[in-house]
Order: sequence, then C-alpha cells, then structure tokens
Amino acid sequence: MFDKTTAGDTEARPATSGTDTAGRDVPLLDIAGLTLRLPDHAAARPILDGVDLRVDRGETVGLVGESGSGKSVACRTVLGLLPKGARAEGTVRVEGTDVLAMGAAGLRDVRRNKVAMVFQDPRASVNPMRRVGDFLTEGLRVRGVPKEQALARAQELLTEVGIRDPHGALRRFPHQFSGGMLQRVVIAAALSGDPALLLADEPTTALDVTTQAEVVGILRRLQHRHGTGMLFVTHDLELAAAICDRIYVMYAGRIVESQPVADLFARPRHPYTAALLASTPRLEADAAAPQPIPGRPVSLAEAPPGCAFAARCAFAIERCRSEAPALVSDGPAAVACLRADEGILQ
Amino acid sequence: MNRPLLRFLLGRLVGLVLVLLATSFVVFSAVHLAPGDPVSFLMRGRPVTPQARAALTAQYHLDEPFARQYLLWLGDVLGGDFGRSVQFRQDVGELISQKLPTTVFLVVYAMVLVTVVGLILGIVSALRPGLVDKLVLAWTGTSIAIPSYIAATVLTSVFAVKLGWFPLYGAGEGFTDQLWHLTLPAIALALTFAGLLARVTRSAMLDELSREHVEVARSRGVPESQVIRKHVLRNALGPIVTVVGTMVASMLVATSIVETAFSVKGVGSLLINSVTVKDFPVVQALTLLVVAAFLIANLIVDLLQPLIDPRVALGGDPK
Repeated sequence: MFDKTTAGDTEARPATSGTDTAGRDVPLLDIAGLTLRLPDHAAARPILDGVDLRVDRGETVGLVGESGSGKSVACRTVLGLLPKGARAEGTVRVEGTDVLAMGAAGLRDVRRNKVAMVFQDPRASVNPMRRVGDFLTEGLRVRGVPKEQALARAQELLTEVGIRDPHGALRRFPHQFSGGMLQRVVIAAALSGDPALLLADEPTTALDVTTQAEVVGILRRLQHRHGTGMLFVTHDLELAAAICDRIYVMYAGRIVESQPVADLFARPRHPYTAALLASTPRLEADAAAPQPIPGRPVSLAEAPPGCAFAARCAFAIERCRSEAPALVSDGPAAVACLRADEGILQ
Repeated sequence: MNRPLLRFLLGRLVGLVLVLLATSFVVFSAVHLAPGDPVSFLMRGRPVTPQARAALTAQYHLDEPFARQYLLWLGDVLGGDFGRSVQFRQDVGELISQKLPTTVFLVVYAMVLVTVVGLILGIVSALRPGLVDKLVLAWTGTSIAIPSYIAATVLTSVFAVKLGWFPLYGAGEGFTDQLWHLTLPAIALALTFAGLLARVTRSAMLDELSREHVEVARSRGVPESQVIRKHVLRNALGPIVTVVGTMVASMLVATSIVETAFSVKGVGSLLINSVTVKDFPVVQALTLLVVAAFLIANLIVDLLQPLIDPRVALGGDPK
C-alpha cells in the first residue's frame, strides 16, 4: 500500500488547492479528446469520439443527452471505470493527473479521496444484504479511518442529508428505506470522503417527481457547503438548467454544444439543442406545444460519416452528411455544426 | 425469539412430522407389497415349523388387519423401537447407532472436501473468465458425470493398489487412522458434489459480479479482494448454502455405493446389504433416517436464509 490510505494523510490534504505544483491553474476535471472503442469483431467501434469537457472547482456542469449518447460512459471514465475490453484514447485529468494513465494505486487514490459518484438507481447501487452503516462507512474504512470514527461521521452525514433517526438508520437494511431516502444515503456516502468532484449519473431518474426535487435540493446544498465540483449527467434539460452553471450537450458519443446555462437557453447554437428545447413540455399558458424530434437517436457506431444528427436535422444540407463538424469554440461557447454561423436558428 | 420466527418454526416442525408420518406409511406398506408370504420371506425360504410360523406371526402381528399392523409398528417406532434385524438378529436401533459414526465421519470428511474444492473452483472460475474458466468447467463437467463406483474403482487401483498410499478397504480405528482409511471413499463421494457446488458457486458469483453495487464499491476505491469477499461472495451465499444443505442429506444416500465399494461398515453399506437380503426392519429405519435428514437439512437451510439475506422474512413480513 503506497497510496494515501491513512486518515491523517487525507485530512492533511487541502480540500481545494486550485494550483498544481508549478503554481499554474489546474482545472478539477479536464477531459480532452476522449475516444473510447469497444472491441467488436475486427473493427473496433467507437462509443465516444473526441470528447472535451471541463469542470472547475465548485462548478456545476451538466452533461445532457438522450439514452445511448455515451454520457454515462464518459462519466464513469473519470473514475477509471471503462466498459470491459474498451480502449481509450485522449486524457482524463483529475487535478492535473491523467486517470487513464494511472496504475492501480493511483486509481484507488482518486476513487477514495478525490472523486465520488452517485449512481442512477439507489436500489441497485447499495448492496441489499449489508447494513446501511456498512455501506456508508465502507469508503472511510478503506481509507483507514477507525470504525468508531467512521460511524460517527456517517451519522453526521445522515443528519446532513435529512435522514431522521440517523443512529437507528445505520443499523437498518436498504430495503427498509424508500427510494428517495436511499438516494440520500447514497449521496451521504459519496460525500463521506470529502471529494473535490462529485459525479452524479442521473441521480434522480429512478425517483418520483417530488422526491426528485428534494434530492436535487440536498445535492445542491451539500455541494455548496463543501465546495464540491459536480458533473451532473441527465437527459432532462430543464433539470440541468435549474442547477448547472454550464451545460454540455452530447449526441451519439460527441459533444455537439457547450454554453453557460442562460446562453444555452436563450440562444442554442446547435439544431439538436434547439430541438431538445422545443421538445420539452412547458407550463406557461401561452407556450407552444412540445415538438418531438423526428427519427430516433443513433449511437456513434451506426452513425453515418458526417454529422450524426444530420438524418434528424431540419437544417441539414448535403455537406452535413459527408463532413463531420469539429467542435469550434467561441468565447464561453462551443458548437459542432457546419451551419452554426449562418444564423439558421434565429 | 420473535413471534413470526416461532410461528414459522412450529409450522415447519408440524410439516416435518407429517412428512415423516407419510414416509413411515409408505415404508411400512412396502413390506406388504413385496410378493410372497411374509413368513417364508422372513425365514428366507427355509422350511418353517408350525411353532416357528406361529411365533413369527405373533411377533410381526401378521394375523391382524393391515391398518392395525401399521399402527402397532408405528407405536413401536415412536417409542424408539424399530424392531429386530432379521439378518443380524439384533435390535435395529442398536445396529444403526453402531454404524452411524463411521458414516457421519465419512460424510463430514467428504463435505469438507466438497466445500473447499467446490468453492475454490467456483470462485476461480467466476473470476478468471477465459482459459481458466474453461478448464474448470471441463473438469467440473467431467467430475459431475463420473459415477461414484467408477471413481471408487479408479481411486482404489491407482492410490491403493499401484501406489499403496491408502488402504484398500475398511474404516479404521481412531481419528487419524479413520482419516487415512476414509480418504479415498471421501474423495469418491465428494467428486460429483464438488463439481455441482463449483457450478452453483460460479453462476451465483457471476450473477453478483454484474450487479451495480459491485461497481459502486469499486468506484469508491475498495480493494478488489474486499469487493469479492464482502459484496460478491457474501451475496452469492444464498444458493451456495441451499445446495450444500441438500448435499449433506443426499450424501447419506450416496454413501451406500461408496461404502460398499470400499467395504466400509457404515449405514450406507448396511442399507444396500439390508435391501439385498430384504431385511425390512433395517430398511424401514434407514429410510426414515434419510428422510428425516433431508427435512432437517432443509429446515436449517431455511433458517439460515434470513441471516444471509435480510430481505427474506420467515413466517411473514417483519414490518
């Protein structure tokens, strides 16, 4: 064991040091050119293609896309959890160090001390046969925190996420909790190691709507209190808008647009983003009826050579079907559309 | 003890008694369904004097109606009296209690082998997909298919006759001597069961390995060995314990072949022997014993399940 596993080490480590050893600013999470291929027959098919994504300290970043767009896979890559047999290119830097190039000890350090993840379905993500206390303290225990101390911390965290009778809750089993309560437990467990980055993979999708709001509220509050950066993966653009500072829109394994939230809603630059916004039902009385996006989402593997969205795009021209658009930055925004500058969405 | 558990236990015990009662009826009827006159049967074809015939008729209540005969026999059995062995002219209970320790030794020995080998093979197979998994699968497939008498023959000819490492037959005296004598029989007995347990362990582990909570544990930096122990193996225990439980009881039956092959004087060889010479009081007692062993093993397995999986509630919902 050469990695930092003792409590003393982890407590001594400054929670937010925004600079690397040379004193330069280092983003909390910096994904650059991430391409992921699954070995399938002779030709390896890509499921992610040149993904660039950045999360700064304390920032909340949304990663939005339909199912199968690769957003969950991208999210898991940050913890070094690749699909079986997958080959990755590019870099995934956490506090400046590339996760993809790490050995086992480095990965353990990232997973224990730097990045934590909240998964979609709390029922599936907590071992049903062990006590909630075991689940909560597991992360602390592997870092070498003594049992008593870990239990005390777990109780504290349960109080923070609003679980009544936190002491009793430690002795109970997952099936004795509702989905919403269990997701609070999962959030508490994720925050137990004081991570600098929290990955939330559709953390509210498996919950009912009122519970969703509560869980998002708790997530936001704790994130602010602890100064944690968050990558929030969701298919729900409205939800992302409500909590994120910036949003990346993903389609078929590629980032097609990224903008600060207000700009994205006011002025979407990619036809896909615009179509997503138009397909969202609205509560306002004078709002237009939601417009479905024609066709079905494709994975990168079955996408044609050009823009993956071309087949469903109302603005597609001949060039779109043959030429894959690059992600072009423009100030805080970036868009991957050949016709982005033509004002087609105005 | 909480009330639902008590109610569950009570229900199961009543069920156990009912099944034993039904078994006893079947077992008793079997003697009467066997062709031929019971007395000449009991005398094994030897000429019978009228006095002897009268004595036997009285002893076995053969002049009574069938139902009454059964009840009389059942009364004796409930009082712990299984009658006398026709063959050995000895009290059946006494006879069985003399031979049972050897068989229990053999079954425990074989079960230890089954558990250790079966679990190791199953775990290795689940954790090392590819060549190792294929090799283990090939081996377990073979070992499941090998009948114990073939295994006994091969083991004897190699390790007892050719190499002379183990004795050819007998059960031995004292712990180490018994261990030495019963090693080959235990291996012959364990082969099939170990293969089965390996298969069950493998599939239960693979099932658990694909669960998201295993991925969650990994994502938290829990060392892989601990992930396997505390999440995968821990959660796979349910089917493993169930299979081991039924194996203990099945093994009691399987000893009959192995004990005969190695001339071990336990209840297994006694059963075969008694069936061959139609020593019905012994067969009846042993059949009841095996059925009781099955029922008790199942009950223990069921009682263990809620300790393994807290979602399992005995005798109704705990909430």
